[in-house]
Amino acid sequence: MDRRTFLTAGLGLGTLCVAGSVQAAWPKEAFEAQESNALIDMLASSKPAPSDAITITAPDIAENGAVVPISVSTTLEDVTRISIVVEQNPLPLTSTYDLTADSVPYVSTRVKMLKTSNVVALVEAGGKSYSGVREVKVTIGGCGG
Amino acid sequence: MAGSMRVRAKEKNGIVTVKALITHPMETGLRKDSDGNIIPAHFIQEVTATVGDKVVFTANWGTGVSKNPYLSFKYKGSKGDIVTLNWTDNDGHSDSLEAEVK
Repeated sequence: MDRRTFLTAGLGLGTLCVAGSVQAAWPKEAFEAQESNALIDMLASSKPAPSDAITITAPDIAENGAVVPISVSTTLEDVTRISIVVEQNPLPLTSTYDLTADSVPYVSTRVKMLKTSNVVALVEAGGKSYSGVREVKVTIGGCGG
Repeated sequence: MAGSMRVRAKEKNGIVTVKALITHPMETGLRKDSDGNIIPAHFIQEVTATVGDKVVFTANWGTGVSKNPYLSFKYKGSKGDIVTLNWTDNDGHSDSLEAEVK
């Protein structure tokens, strides 16, 4: 067992203990995935279809990568989940949002971006997956500190 | 962790827009301090919004959400609803706050 595997295993165990007390729905594996395509496969129920019905609102150029405002909205119906993925981040999945029948498919937050990257919005609607992409250029990264 | 949150909720045409600001370091676990020691990850994992007994919205967060997070979402509701927001972090800390929809 090399050092990296050992560390990852320890980290996983620690998170697992905590996750048990929080809620089972927190998609731990996807949050720990380091490769965006792999985590999209974990979260998506089908191969995500590119959709024009998803709107990502974000700055074209973010001056401060530590605080990048991102909003996602969609005109798709029966939306159950929205996920925001920053492809070039060390841990690309920033957040997922579980919606209910009472929700309006809209979410807005602020994320960290290490460098210029595509931002992918993954939307689960009516049992199928859809995705929208938008590139955000970052002049100062926000993950290294 | 009392007083870690500010919440505003406003209704227009049957849609309530909730805006929340939370004070939290959101450490990634990838940064190092000045001595080169890794600063352990400390971040909010889950934010739930409840109206009455019903959960209307859940946010699952990783470390990629900015420090002192901002969150906004919308649901179908009405004036006078009491929205309860509750967050829990990976250390088991939590806080909640009620806001009346205006």
